[in-house]
Amino acid sequence: MTILTFTIILLLGAYLAGLAGSLTGLGGGVVIIPLLTLFFHVDIRYAIGAALVASIATSSGSASAYVKEGITNVRLGMFLEIATTTGAVIGAILAIYTPVNIVAILFGVMLIFSAAMTLRKKNESALTQGSKLSYLLKLNSSYPGKEGRIDYKLTNVGAGFSIMTVAGMLSGLLGIGSGALKVLAMDTAMKVPFRVSTTTSNFMVGVTAAASAVVYLQRGYIDPGIAFPVIIGVLAGAFTGSKLLMRINVKSLKLIFSIAITLIALNMIYNGFNHKF
Amino acid sequence: MNTKETKKINDYDIEQLIGQVLRYGVVLSGSVAIIGGIWYLFQQGTAMPHYTTFNGEPAGFTSLTGIIKGLQHGSATEIIQLGVVILIATPIIRIVFSLVSFILEKDKLYVLITFIVLAIILFSMFGGLAI
Repeated sequence: MTILTFTIILLLGAYLAGLAGSLTGLGGGVVIIPLLTLFFHVDIRYAIGAALVASIATSSGSASAYVKEGITNVRLGMFLEIATTTGAVIGAILAIYTPVNIVAILFGVMLIFSAAMTLRKKNESALTQGSKLSYLLKLNSSYPGKEGRIDYKLTNVGAGFSIMTVAGMLSGLLGIGSGALKVLAMDTAMKVPFRVSTTTSNFMVGVTAAASAVVYLQRGYIDPGIAFPVIIGVLAGAFTGSKLLMRINVKSLKLIFSIAITLIALNMIYNGFNHKF
Repeated sequence: MNTKETKKINDYDIEQLIGQVLRYGVVLSGSVAIIGGIWYLFQQGTAMPHYTTFNGEPAGFTSLTGIIKGLQHGSATEIIQLGVVILIATPIIRIVFSLVSFILEKDKLYVLITFIVLAIILFSMFGGLAI
């Protein structure tokens, strides 16, 4: 396979990754790592570098729209980014001491968890009474609903912050946005309404990934020959996805995607146990 | 935002500004990567990729000074790498804009919080964690 064919296939793969990632809310990075390692037999360290780049591209690309619509809770995102960036730096340090097959197994486990999270029941309700800390940190806000803006309050700020640190660590170690864990922290622990938690999580992915990407770039994990088709493909895919999202019902798509992701994850875990990385 | 400069800055202005920063960053980085990428394919498209073993990128591709030096020699892969750097810089620049906005809004708590996030990223950049 020449570089030209490699680039064209990767471009198509990254496009589909960006499309699937934006339709299901998992982000572009999740599909990039198995695509590169299992299909192209690229070393997992290059794949992690590429996935980080893909995560930043999808996050920044779609966050720009959500922020402008006023759905994203910028203060909440900013506050929790203390946790995720700290975690990301720790993760990037841990990565030196973690064997690649362990990284592959952890990645597989995270994939299965993410797949399960896309199928969960969403938190639509808004709290009317927040915890003390939520007022102190000015985290309570409102978002646009069908009939004007809906006010919501938050709770369990400490628990949310802790889960976010773990999310950041996994993001730094595995190169993914760990959007599923971020949503878990906001949705389940802090009781943030679903629309706000997904968009705020997506908003935070860029900064979290950037915190470890600066380390990985210096470590030589980011290769231009892989990065260029990944950036272009994922961005184009995510753009198509955001246009399609308004028109199609993604429920069955999410189920198919979750099953596919789980199979890929089992493959990663199996190869990890057999030291195939 | 220019039309509202006389008014007090508010959250809505901040949201619009952040949205613009993210959009321009992504578009710019994508454009640079396409230009570098097409040139790279012209130069090396018929060669074989070598990604099955990890060698790490050579020194010229891992730092901003190295990338700028490579650009002066007209290297296509360095143009792509510049696109990557712009992409990574986009969320970081977003934080800088948030910091300025919170200062203008006189929200001291969030000036502090934003400053902490920025400090962590700068530590990650210059803290010698790459070894």
